[in-house]
Amino acid sequence: MKTAIAVKELYVSYYGSEALKNVSFTVEEGKLVGIIGPNGAGKSTLLKALLNLIQKEKGEVAILGKTIKEMRTKVAYVPQRSSIDWDFPITVFDTVLLGTYPNLGVFKRPKKVDKAFAYECLEKVGMTEFYNRQIGELSGGQQQRVFLARALAQKPEIYLLDEPFVGVDVTSEETIISILKQLRDIGKTVVVVHHDLSKATDYFNELILLNKELIDFGVVEKVIRPEVLDKAYNNQFSSLTNLEVKA
Amino acid sequence: MINFINALMYYGFLQKALTTSIMVGIICGVIGCFIILRGMALMGDAISHAVLPGVALSYMLGINFFFGAVLTGVLTSLGIGFISQNSRIKNDVSIGIMFTAAFASGIIMITLMKSSTDLYHILFGNVLAVRASEMWSTLFIGIFVLVCVYAFYKELLVSSFDSTMAAAYGLPTRVIHYFLMTLLTLVTVASLQTVGIVLVVAMLITPAATAYLLTNRLWVMLYLSAGIGVLSSIFGLYFSYTYNLASGAAIVLAATVLFILAFVFSPKQGLVWRAIKNVRKREILSR
Repeated sequence: MKTAIAVKELYVSYYGSEALKNVSFTVEEGKLVGIIGPNGAGKSTLLKALLNLIQKEKGEVAILGKTIKEMRTKVAYVPQRSSIDWDFPITVFDTVLLGTYPNLGVFKRPKKVDKAFAYECLEKVGMTEFYNRQIGELSGGQQQRVFLARALAQKPEIYLLDEPFVGVDVTSEETIISILKQLRDIGKTVVVVHHDLSKATDYFNELILLNKELIDFGVVEKVIRPEVLDKAYNNQFSSLTNLEVKA
Repeated sequence: MINFINALMYYGFLQKALTTSIMVGIICGVIGCFIILRGMALMGDAISHAVLPGVALSYMLGINFFFGAVLTGVLTSLGIGFISQNSRIKNDVSIGIMFTAAFASGIIMITLMKSSTDLYHILFGNVLAVRASEMWSTLFIGIFVLVCVYAFYKELLVSSFDSTMAAAYGLPTRVIHYFLMTLLTLVTVASLQTVGIVLVVAMLITPAATAYLLTNRLWVMLYLSAGIGVLSSIFGLYFSYTYNLASGAAIVLAATVLFILAFVFSPKQGLVWRAIKNVRKREILSR
């Protein structure tokens, strides 16, 4: 088993206030990993630091044994829905087609093969009947599926998803998680920022529990214990988390 | 109208004016699409004003004013970025500070040169006085801008729509931003004679916004916006010539009229169509 993501002593801060401190972990290939933690715990920041979208103060990130700069086209990122301009003049199909861009290079246009592949990806998420719609006309779950299709079109080894289940209907959530599990089963690595603890055991192999520092990392059953969660959530949700874990 | 066409056949200055303003309509329309989609309408206004000191400087040094204009335009956009990134000052405030500063220093430089007619023409344009050399430079700028947009269409699309994804797969989004700012400066310079510095922002955003109401595809929007820009130029010039109105203002008002038409009658976004849909829905519900 090879290492997909290796993070060593990662520090990130925004204007002097620390967002992440001393985070270290390694994710093996073929794992479905959740990043959980309270609001402002630095979950999205961690994804962005992995992608080198924000500056690290200190620490190292290795993607498949190399730097992210060498491995950019091997990683696909699905942003939070709230960060997208849904009024942008772009159709569902053209959004998925964007996923073929990273492997095309400058000056090259997507060819028939690329378009056929983008359509295939749209098929996988069950959204072909909407291919000509403007993306803002879709429901939240449909939008998320389209963005997952775009990530599939990038043919990456590693998938990073930021809160893919927020504002998403049940069917879409099921479609998305089953695709993510299929990806894991064929050896891809999937990392998901997630805040709903209740389904964590069903969804993930491993969890990264974060609250600015790495609270715990490991197989789900080891992390998702009340006494561990309390450390991240500072006891404030202890009764709630207990309930959710049992459910 | 026939008078206008006759005059067009007869007068060289009118031909040059029409050709130049059509080219300006096209390039402003195209660049304007990216400006509005990236939420940079205010930035467009700022950069166009910031060109003024560069133009003045170029006159003083006797060089082609493209160089000076690009210099101060890009410097101002760098300054805007620098202030908003290195302090708690928000981007719109930073834009307001920098472009008024640049504009004011431009006005002072020009008044020191003591040629107020030039200032008036730079600020408000005078397309009927376009010289052949200026028409050619507009053409060259136009071709350059269009070739750039065509060559980097893919990169412009993805970085405008989802800059995080663009950055994540390794596109230099900041370089693209300043590249677009440079194109914007070039377009402003090319539009100086037609609509002038003060009104060029209208040619950038009004046709683009009109097109935005009419389509759901970026490439269609680019063509529509260019087409609307051209129509505005033609109508504007016609009214300007026939009724002896300021050319820049006439062109801008023509663009505004087209925008209002789209705003009211657009098939998907227009007021009329929305109202009809609402009424129908209510009828269905009340049955």
